[in-house]
Amino acid sequence: MKFTLRIWRQRGPNERGGFVTYPVDDVSPDMSFLEMLDGLNQRLIVAGEEPVAFEHDCREGICGSCSLVIDGVPHGPERGVTTCQLYMRRFANGATITIEPWRAKAFPIIRDLVVDRRALDRIMQAGGYISVNTGGAVDGNTLLIGKEEAETAMDAASCIGCGACVAACKNASAMLFVAAKVSHLAMLPQGKPERTRRVMAMVRAMEREGFGSCGNQYECEAVCPKHVSVRFIAMLNREYLRASIMGTRIPARSDAPHGESY
Amino acid sequence: MIALDPQVPPGPLEMKWDRRRFSGQLVSPANKRRIKIIVVGTGLAGASAASTLGQLGYQVECFCFHDSPRRAHSIAAQGGINAAKNYQDDGDSVARLFYDTIKGGDFRSREANVYRLAQISTQIIDQCVALGVPFAREYGGQLANRSFGGVQVSRTFYCRGQTGQQLLLGAYSALCWQIERGQVTMRPRTEMLDVIVADGHARGIVIRDLVTGRLSAHTAHAVVLATGGYSNVYYLSTNASGCNVTATYRAWKQGAAFANPSFTQIHPTAIPPAGAHQAKLTLMSESLRNDGRLWVPVSPSDRRSPNEIPPSERDYFLERRYPRFGNLVPRDVASRAVKSICDEGRGVGPGGQGVYLDFSDVIRQQGIDVVRERYGNLFEMYQRITGENAYEVPMRIYPAPHYTMGGLWVDYNLMSTIPGLFVIGEANFADHGANRLGASSLMQGLADGYFILPYTIGHYLAMVNRPPIAEDHSAARAALERVEARLRKLVQAKGRQRTAASFHRALGKILWDHCGMSRCAAGLRGALEVIPVLREEFWRDVVVPGSGEAFNQELEYAGRVADFLEFAELMCHDALHREESCGAHFREEYQTEEGEPQRDDERFAYVAAWEYRDGDTPALHKEPLNFEFVQPTTRSYQ
Ligand SMILES: Cc1cc2nc3c(=O)[nH]c(=O)nc-3n(C[C@H](O)[C@H](O)[C@H](O)COP(=O)(O)OP(=O)(O)OC[C@H]3O[C@@H](n4cnc5c(N)ncnc54)[C@H](O)[C@@H]3O)c2cc1C
Ligand code: SF4
Ligand code: FES
Repeated sequence: MKFTLRIWRQRGPNERGGFVTYPVDDVSPDMSFLEMLDGLNQRLIVAGEEPVAFEHDCREGICGSCSLVIDGVPHGPERGVTTCQLYMRRFANGATITIEPWRAKAFPIIRDLVVDRRALDRIMQAGGYISVNTGGAVDGNTLLIGKEEAETAMDAASCIGCGACVAACKNASAMLFVAAKVSHLAMLPQGKPERTRRVMAMVRAMEREGFGSCGNQYECEAVCPKHVSVRFIAMLNREYLRASIMGTRIPARSDAPHGESY
Repeated sequence: MIALDPQVPPGPLEMKWDRRRFSGQLVSPANKRRIKIIVVGTGLAGASAASTLGQLGYQVECFCFHDSPRRAHSIAAQGGINAAKNYQDDGDSVARLFYDTIKGGDFRSREANVYRLAQISTQIIDQCVALGVPFAREYGGQLANRSFGGVQVSRTFYCRGQTGQQLLLGAYSALCWQIERGQVTMRPRTEMLDVIVADGHARGIVIRDLVTGRLSAHTAHAVVLATGGYSNVYYLSTNASGCNVTATYRAWKQGAAFANPSFTQIHPTAIPPAGAHQAKLTLMSESLRNDGRLWVPVSPSDRRSPNEIPPSERDYFLERRYPRFGNLVPRDVASRAVKSICDEGRGVGPGGQGVYLDFSDVIRQQGIDVVRERYGNLFEMYQRITGENAYEVPMRIYPAPHYTMGGLWVDYNLMSTIPGLFVIGEANFADHGANRLGASSLMQGLADGYFILPYTIGHYLAMVNRPPIAEDHSAARAALERVEARLRKLVQAKGRQRTAASFHRALGKILWDHCGMSRCAAGLRGALEVIPVLREEFWRDVVVPGSGEAFNQELEYAGRVADFLEFAELMCHDALHREESCGAHFREEYQTEEGEPQRDDERFAYVAAWEYRDGDTPALHKEPLNFEFVQPTTRSYQ
C-alpha cells in the first residue's frame, strides 16, 4: 500500500510548527499504524534527518502513551482502540493521512507529536487516592462489594489516562477523565470516607490546570479507547453537588479540636 | 572481589521473616525525615516502594523515563496475581504456594525468599483492596479467583484482563498521595544512566533529563532500583518498547553482581510475527490453553486450510507428548515443543512460524457464547491484529520472550553486592529461579515494594548513617563524565549509516537462535564470537541524528541498544557455563532420550552471580542453594 502522510513537525514548545508531507510506500496491511511510522523514521534516520517524535510504549492499548490525532480524530477512525491498535488495513490505499498531536492548552507540545500530559497527574495528586497506610489492612473479604458495583467501578477504572477525551473536546475539557477517576473510587466503600474532599480537590485542580468546561457534546466518549461512558460525567456532577452541600456543613462544637474543616 | 552473603536468618522457615523484622535496627521518626532515598522506576515494585517509604517519613526522590509514573510496563499485565488466601477452600496454603513456586522455578531459587513471598502474598491482596483496586467479585460480594498457569488450586485474583493496570493504578494513587504530601518528589521523563559509588557504597545516580537533555547527579543515603526486566534484548518480545537493561547493567559495571542472566522466559502463546516490520509481539493470555488445543498438520507439506484437515491428519503434539497435562504443561515446556515442531518445518502461517490453537471442540461442546464470554476480548484483539476470525479458523500462536528471571543479585534484604544499592521487582533475580509461574511476578513486585524493602532498607540506614555526598563530589563527577563520554560517542557523525534498530534486530536474532529456548555449547560459542563484531560495527556505523542537548528519542534508544550489545555477551557466558537443563534454560546436550531436560543438582545447585571485570571476561561467583525444607524433585509433566 501507498500513502501520503501530512505530519505536524515542531522542534520545541516555543517554536513554530507546521505540516510536512512524506510519501510512504511498501506499507503492508498487516502493519500497525505505529509500525508504519517506525518505517518512515528508519528512512529519515538513514537520510540523516531527524525522525518524527511520537509517544508509544506498550503497543497494546493499555499504557496510554500513544497519542495521535489522525485525520482530525484522536486515536484515528476506529472506535474503541488506541493509536497503537490501529492497523493499516483500515485505510484506503493511496489515501492522504493527516497526523497531529493532542491539542489543548493544558497539554503543551514538547516536540512534533509529543505533548506534556503532566496536568493529568497533578489532578490525581490533588485527590485521586484513598489515603491508607501500607500494612494493617483488613482481610479483603471483610468488605463485601456487590458484583454490579465492582463491575461499574471497573468500567470507570479502565481509563488509561491517554487524554484523547481532552483532545476531542472543543473546550479541551478533562471531564471524562476526572469523572472516570472520581466514579471509580466513589463506587467503592473504601472510597467513601474521602469522597467529599476528593471531588472538590480534583475538580479544582482540573480548573487550575486550564482545562475547559464540559459542553455536553460527548465527543470525549466517542474517541475514548476504553469506552468510558459519559454516564460517569453525570455521576461526577452528582458527586460534586453532594460535596458542595456537604462542604457547607457547619462544624459542631464537639468537632473541636480535632475536627477537620471543609 | 565480591562476597555473596545471602543474609538468610536462621531458624525454621516460617519464622525467618519475623526474626529478620525483629532483629532489624529501626530508624527513629526524627531521623527518617533527614534521610533521602532515591527510587528508580515506578512499576509495581517502584511505585509501591516509593509510596511506602514516603509514608514512613523518608524523603524520597523518584525517577522514571515515562511521561507519567502510571505508564510503567507493569500496566500491561493481564492475567492476575497469586495469593495463598485459600478463599476457595480448595486446599491452598502458604506452604503450597511456596512449594509450587520453588518447584516451578526448578529448584534454582532461595527457599527463604520464596517462602517469605508466599507468606506476604495474602497481605498484598488486602492492601490493594484498601487502596480501591476493583478486583473481580462474586455475586455475594466476595473476591473471585481463577486458576492460572496450570496449577491445581484457584488462587489468582484478577481485574478483567487488566490486573496489571489496576494494581499499578493502586500503587500510583498511593504515590500521588505522597507526592501531594511532599514526601515524594517525582521526576518523570528522566533516565538513569549510572550509579554513583563512593567509599564502596551506592550514594546516588546520574540522570539525563529526557526533555532538555541535561545531565545531573542526584545523591542520597541509599538507592533503590526497580527498573524492570530486559526481555527486549531479543528485539521482539511481549514487553513495552521502552523496557531495557540500562540501569541494572550500568550498576553491574559499578560492582553489583548480576545473577543468572541467561534465565529468560519465553511465553508460548503470542501472536506470530507478520513480517520484518514487526515492532513487538502481542501476548495472548495463557488462559486460552485451558480450552484451546494446539496442533499442526501431520504432514509438513499439507497446505490445506486448517478446517479442511481431518482430525486424523492433525498432530495434537502436546497431548501426544504429555498425556497427563496435555495443553496445560508449563510455559517453558509448551514453548520448546512449539519451537521444535516449527524447527522440523511443520509450522503454519507466514515463514512457518506458528502452530494452531484451536477452539472448535470447545465451541462445539459448550457453545460459542460460552467461549465468547470467556475470551471475547482476546478474540477481538486477535482479529484486529491478524485480520482473522478465531471463532471460524484456529488461531496461530508462536512463542515470544516475555520475562527475565535473571537480574541483579540481592541478599535476603534485597540489597545488591554494592552496599546501599537495593534492587526490587523484575530487576532483581530473586524468587523465580529458572522459571516463573504465571501471576507471580505482580505478587513479587508488590511484596518487595510494599512489604519487604521498606523494612530491610531501614536496617541498612540505621547501621550506616552517613550524609549524602555533595553533588560535585569526585565520584559524582566521575560518573557524570562516564555518561557524557558515552553520549558524545553516540551522536558523533559516522561513516556508514545504519540505524540502531537494525543492530538491535540483528542482535535479537543471534540471541533467539543461540540463547533463546534451547541452547548448545557450539551455538553459544558462536554467539560469543559474533556479538563483539556486531558491537564494533555498531560503534562504527550507527547513526543518531540530532543532538544530546534536546528531546531525542533516537539517542535514548541507541543508548539502550548499546547496553544490550554488551549485556548479551554476559547472557551467553552464563548459558554456556551452566551445563545442565533447568527451567527455561534448556541445553540440548543435557536431555533424556525422550527429550526431557536433565538437571544436575550435584554440579549446578547454585545461583551464578557474575562480577564485571574491566577488559576481561566476567568472573563467576556461586551462591550454593541448600534445600533444607524441600526435597528437589524432577519436574515431570509426562
Ligand atoms: C504482556 C505481559 C503480561 C504480563 N502478565 C502478567 C500477569 O498476568 N501476572 C504477573 O504476575 N505478571 C505478568 N507479567 C509480568 C509483569 O508484568 C512484570 O514482570 C512486572 O510488572 C514488572 O514490574 P516492575 O515494577 O519490576 O517493573 P516495570 O513495571 O517494568 O517498571 C519499570 C520502571 O522502571 C523505569 N525505568 C526503567 N529503566 C529506567 C532508567 N534507566 N531510568 C529511569 N527509569 C527507568 C520505567 O520508567 C518504569 O517506571 C506480564 C508481562 C507482560 C509483558
Ligand atoms: S477517559 Fe478515555 S479518552 Fe479520557 S483519558 Fe481516560 S481512557 Fe483516555
Ligand atoms: S502505546 Fe500503550 S496504549 Fe498505545
